[in-house]
Amino acid sequence: MIANERRGIMSPPLKRRGKAWYGHGLPYLTEKPLPGHLIAIEGTDGVGRSTQIQLLRPWLEVEGYAVSKTGWVRSPLLHETINQAKAGHQLTVTTFSLFYAADFADRLEHEILPALQAGFIVIADRYMYTAFARNTAMGADPAWTRDLFGMALVPDLVLHLDIDVETLIPRVVQNKGMNHWESGMHLSLGTDLFDSFVRYQGRLIEEYRRLAHEFNFITVDARRSIDEVQNDLRRHILDYLSTHGALRPEESSTSGEQETGVIQPLGDSK
Amino acid sequence: MAVPPLDEFAPPEASAATESNGDGTVDGKSQRRDKASAAERKSLLCSPHPYPGRLVAVEGIDGSGKSTQLTLLERWLRSRGYPVRFTEWNSSRLVRESLRRGKRKNLLTPTTFSLLHAVDFADRLTYNILPPLKAGMIVLSDRYAYTAFARDVARGVHPEWVRKVYSFALRPDLTFYFRVPIKVSLERLLSGRAKLKYHEAGMDLGLSNDPAESFEVFQARVLEIYDQLTVEFGLRTIDATGEILDQQRVVRRMMREILRDYDRERAKGNHVAAAKETW
Repeated sequence: MIANERRGIMSPPLKRRGKAWYGHGLPYLTEKPLPGHLIAIEGTDGVGRSTQIQLLRPWLEVEGYAVSKTGWVRSPLLHETINQAKAGHQLTVTTFSLFYAADFADRLEHEILPALQAGFIVIADRYMYTAFARNTAMGADPAWTRDLFGMALVPDLVLHLDIDVETLIPRVVQNKGMNHWESGMHLSLGTDLFDSFVRYQGRLIEEYRRLAHEFNFITVDARRSIDEVQNDLRRHILDYLSTHGALRPEESSTSGEQETGVIQPLGDSK
Repeated sequence: MAVPPLDEFAPPEASAATESNGDGTVDGKSQRRDKASAAERKSLLCSPHPYPGRLVAVEGIDGSGKSTQLTLLERWLRSRGYPVRFTEWNSSRLVRESLRRGKRKNLLTPTTFSLLHAVDFADRLTYNILPPLKAGMIVLSDRYAYTAFARDVARGVHPEWVRKVYSFALRPDLTFYFRVPIKVSLERLLSGRAKLKYHEAGMDLGLSNDPAESFEVFQARVLEIYDQLTVEFGLRTIDATGEILDQQRVVRRMMREILRDYDRERAKGNHVAAAKETW
């Protein structure tokens, strides 16, 4: 039994349309309405996030929603640098964490915010919670990691793909195999790749579950088949959209007025 | 709708009461960082470092002459037989490519600009600053975290956020702030080279299309923040409009003050013992 599943499903959908910064936000930006929706998909390596997102996107587009996707460590500014640095193994916990934050900030300002302004549904393959989970597993000060992401926008919906290590292992081995980073070999948990993978992924899964509770993720049991997981994700997304005045075009013709989500500079209040 | 601040680090049972708004919804505000708990976590910049070496930094706007003064200080220290290491802002290989590409294509925002410089700083702290300090050497740093506090905040990032980003930075034993009016620094820069650099002039902020004009507006902001930082972090202000020789005299006099203890510890061989304690 996956501990957080019940809790996740029971957690009520967010009713607010107003978006909020996680911390101080980006004070130099002028406030603009963000009518789009930010949906983050979280979960550990190999849990099936990309597969699910590949299925979600065409479905949402058929439903009539414009979709934009953003992926962890995919910023044009940084992904090459991060890959090189990882290849050279010269990163420390601190520089690693700062790189994650820089990559995130770059995508936030150049991909996520413009798409939300244009009314898109933005699907984020991993969000700041991945940094929270990984940095904690690496031994960075959790409070400091969270401080770094004070510039982040809080997602409207976080869907958490939960799995256990036992189910994860065969999936990863069958797909692309266990790699250095996903096995946490950089943490010196041991010399054996397999053992290190089990320990590192075990830690990450635990960390995601803790975060799921803290940040009210909706947890989906990802041990099941792709279709079952996909159906759950769609149901949660539809639930969210319908309670936020964003019904499918065919259904929403009657509702004229829609509240737009204006960012409130919450972080600046004393 | 007033939401009581939520301490994220309280155990789930304790925070559960403040998490909901009563109607079962969760307010985005509740995910905000709790100010009180953040303030309690002291930045390393607020207390002296425990290492046997000494850390000396210079700060000031471009064209203040700080690098010249630091070079002269380094010569003097070396001539007197001190073990010296030198490190410079924005010199780590780790982010060179990203910063170059970002600057060339104008991809940098105030936040990514800030974070990339933080990577540079963190990298140098690990590889160039901490080891020599632990080994009892004197580390000279051309610019320090205060540069980020001044420049990045002048670019618009939140002052509290950037301080938190740099909370892993050690407090230098001595930081000189070379204070100079903008007109003087502008003259110095333009006499040395033909053009002002794009970011140095704050051209990325769109303050003015004229580099000299933009420089003045941007650096005026930076200058104002530096003045506040001298109070906040106890930077030692040097009048950088004076003669180079006179400034260096003041610099060496202040340096002697921190060398007194350092010399004593070294004479007793205490720096080796102290070094071992912090290893």
